[in-house]
Amino acid sequence: MSLDAATVRRIARLARIRVGDEEVATLQGELNAILGYVEQLAEVDVEGVEPLSGGAQMALRQREDVVTDGEIAEKILANAPDRELNFFSVPKVVE
Amino acid sequence: MSIFDLTIAGAAKELAARKISAVELVTAYNDAVAELNPRLNAYITTTPELALAQAEDADARIAAGNATPLTGIPLAMKDLFCTEGVRTTAASKILEPFVPPYESTVSARLKAAGAVMLGKANLDEFAMGSSNITSGYGPVENPWKRNGSDAKLVPGGSSGGSASAVAARIALAATGTDTGGSIRQPAAFTGLAGIKPTYGRCSRFGIIAFASSLDQAGPMARNVEDCALLLNAMAGFDAKDSTSAERSVPDFTAALNRGVKGLRIGIPAEYRMEGTNSEILALWEKGISWLREQGAEIVEISLPHTKYGLAVYYIVAPAEASSNLARYDGVRFGARVDGVDLIDMYERTRAAGFGAEVKRRIMIGTYVLSHGYYDAYYLKAQKVRNLILRDFTEAFAKVDAILTPTAPSAAFGLGEKMDDPVTMYLNDVFTVPASLAGVPAMSVPAGLSAEGLPLGLQIIGRHFDEETVFAVSAAIEKAAGFSALPEVRAK
Repeated sequence: MSLDAATVRRIARLARIRVGDEEVATLQGELNAILGYVEQLAEVDVEGVEPLSGGAQMALRQREDVVTDGEIAEKILANAPDRELNFFSVPKVVE
Repeated sequence: MSIFDLTIAGAAKELAARKISAVELVTAYNDAVAELNPRLNAYITTTPELALAQAEDADARIAAGNATPLTGIPLAMKDLFCTEGVRTTAASKILEPFVPPYESTVSARLKAAGAVMLGKANLDEFAMGSSNITSGYGPVENPWKRNGSDAKLVPGGSSGGSASAVAARIALAATGTDTGGSIRQPAAFTGLAGIKPTYGRCSRFGIIAFASSLDQAGPMARNVEDCALLLNAMAGFDAKDSTSAERSVPDFTAALNRGVKGLRIGIPAEYRMEGTNSEILALWEKGISWLREQGAEIVEISLPHTKYGLAVYYIVAPAEASSNLARYDGVRFGARVDGVDLIDMYERTRAAGFGAEVKRRIMIGTYVLSHGYYDAYYLKAQKVRNLILRDFTEAFAKVDAILTPTAPSAAFGLGEKMDDPVTMYLNDVFTVPASLAGVPAMSVPAGLSAEGLPLGLQIIGRHFDEETVFAVSAAIEKAAGFSALPEVRAK
């Protein structure tokens, strides 16, 4: 499988990364080199093999569904690029 | 003897005997950082005042008689660990303004033990790289040089700043993180010991996420003993990380003198890859004979899916990264570039904030997780990952530990191997399989190349059996007697 320029643009859009026309050409070559390399997995027989999603040799732990912290709005907002009172502020999304 | 010759264990003794104070030790390191860091670029942020204040606290604690072996020990903290009140960038421009309001569990544990933080060490952006050239804050110089050459070499990566700082003695030791080799490969490139513990051994809470099913924190230090002392403090269960292992942590230093008599050491045939540097193969042979001479039984083993490790890794890690890095949207923290609407702001923010390698990996990850390609790439890679784990499980039924080289070459020059991403990825060929399987693995300096550069051997153990890894590593270290030092260092 080889990515064309339109697909590279579509992936960039999905990933929310703006790319210029020159960048599309470079990325197309680089991404195709990586995909070409991983293509070798096609030759591995995985019939009946379960996918392994994690590195932990255990089931994920569950905790009680309780509030463990709170009342730290100032800490949470301290790094906000833009804020209004106790809210993160973003460009207008609803007309 | 200079104060910079002291290891952690040595410094702890001097501090306990009140022959030196923590303030003296830390002041010497602060001065060395100020002198050498402008050249090496091993730290993104230095914290000399904080270090001095922590040293004063350490001296009080030593005087009060409740010190630990890490009290007053000056460390470099990889800038991937969130540190409360100290800027944390992950070497990305997108986090340039980020000051965490909380502390990572691993750095908090080191703090609680009395360790001192000299600064935040440089790394590849979001830990994505093998040479520290993808940092948004400039590359790191390896203090080692080829014989008769002044050419700048890379320190490896992604924990390249940690490696360079410890090798140049502008930190006594450092924290690193390892996703596919990011502790072990830079340790090998700079003549240090470094261990990636079992997945789940150290909490990932507060470590900026790259690939969550692979990321593990670990120590990088002058020798195996110092790594054991650091891991004693760093490891342990943490309810804040859902994959943290609920297991007690043994005293890893107790394993150092166990020896290897009667241990079965596996030598995987598949690691004799075509194109591997002959010096590295020769060093591997030496390692095998050192262990045999000390009473280990050498067993030829097979890890048949080794050659697919990198391909699996370069699907799984970018897939997880594309998801983890979705949070950098310019809304809640980090840098923002304004746009005409919300989507435009996201796209501009991420285009400006991420470097080329990070963008590549996010895009590969986005693609392999996208509709129509998920099964062909991501699911397939997860299945082959299971086969790689099975390889190790079957091998560990026959052997107690596995010995391999750490990296396929010695440190290379800045600007070399930059032709295409895949060439750079090949650096991780020997380290990635253990990461995928989640097993512990350590790199130990074992010799010098003909050009005078350090080379490392890797010791891989069973899940949660870091003790055997330490025992074998200590045996290799003893036999190798590696004592070479880079010319560029604090003296």
